[in-house]
Amino acid sequence: MIIRINGQEVEIERDLNLLELVLSKKLPAESVVLEHNLCIVPKDEWENVPLRENDHIEIVSFVGGG
Amino acid sequence: MKDLLIIGGRAINNRLFVGTGKFSDFRLMKDALEKAAADVVTVALRRVDAGSKTDNILDYIPRHCVVMPNTSGARNADEAVRIARLARASGAGDWIKIEVIQDNKYLLPDNLETLKATEVLAKEGFIVLPYMSPDLSIAKRLVSAGASAVMPLGSPIGSNRGVKTKELVEIMVSEIKIPVIVDAGLGSPSSACECMEMGCAAVLVNTAIAIAEDPVNMAWAFKDAVSAGRRAYLAGLTCGGNFASPSSPLTGFLRKEDN
Repeated sequence: MIIRINGQEVEIERDLNLLELVLSKKLPAESVVLEHNLCIVPKDEWENVPLRENDHIEIVSFVGGG
Repeated sequence: MKDLLIIGGRAINNRLFVGTGKFSDFRLMKDALEKAAADVVTVALRRVDAGSKTDNILDYIPRHCVVMPNTSGARNADEAVRIARLARASGAGDWIKIEVIQDNKYLLPDNLETLKATEVLAKEGFIVLPYMSPDLSIAKRLVSAGASAVMPLGSPIGSNRGVKTKELVEIMVSEIKIPVIVDAGLGSPSSACECMEMGCAAVLVNTAIAIAEDPVNMAWAFKDAVSAGRRAYLAGLTCGGNFASPSSPLTGFLRKEDN
């Protein structure tokens, strides 16, 4: 299955939910915010949202800025 | 007399707001924020790289601070609104600095898109502080749209050129009833002091502190300058003139002729 994460096409080998995706990418789950097809998904719902073909995922966090 | 700045119902003790970009490391940034005694601190929101090992910047911002994410990277109102919602979802609170920029050379804000984003976000309960080009009409519209403060630029972001927009900012200070905060371009403590002497409610400084040889001492210097400028404003600055006005008496000179 092909999805887009932060603008990049990524092939996912098996069915994953959002939580599994974040963990599989070794991302710091506690400090990121996730947008699934333009909808912000709260952390406690990540495991209830399965990824589907062509999903658009944005994963962001805070950095230094003025 | 307590001289408190109130924004979004919150009392701000320190009128020096500090940005967190461009510091060489988070530990140094933390020391600078502490030395500045910052109460309001800005951050940006960006995509995370897979496997990124970067520390969480929020762990290096003193707990008592208001964290004000900016919408940098937004090129129009919709993008700014999207970034603001993501920032709030990350648990940083309701403050948002709206920054909408299409011009990569001077990084000047798009006032019209900024106004649109302000209208939407203020309705959603955000404490909105729009970064703007100093323009009285737009500032008034931002007030009507629900902005909690307006943040005119002193000079282009990161340029360290000081408050080149002084006369326009002065007009805003005189006519706008919500806090006017000079953001961007303040390269030296004296320029921050100048803004405070003009009656600005606060200043936001990032580059001049972050890229100084000694950011911690520079943060300290800005803190003192902001405090001095504010005190001078409250004390009532006197006007200058074209000619001298002696400060010593003009009588009783030790001269041969009669005084």
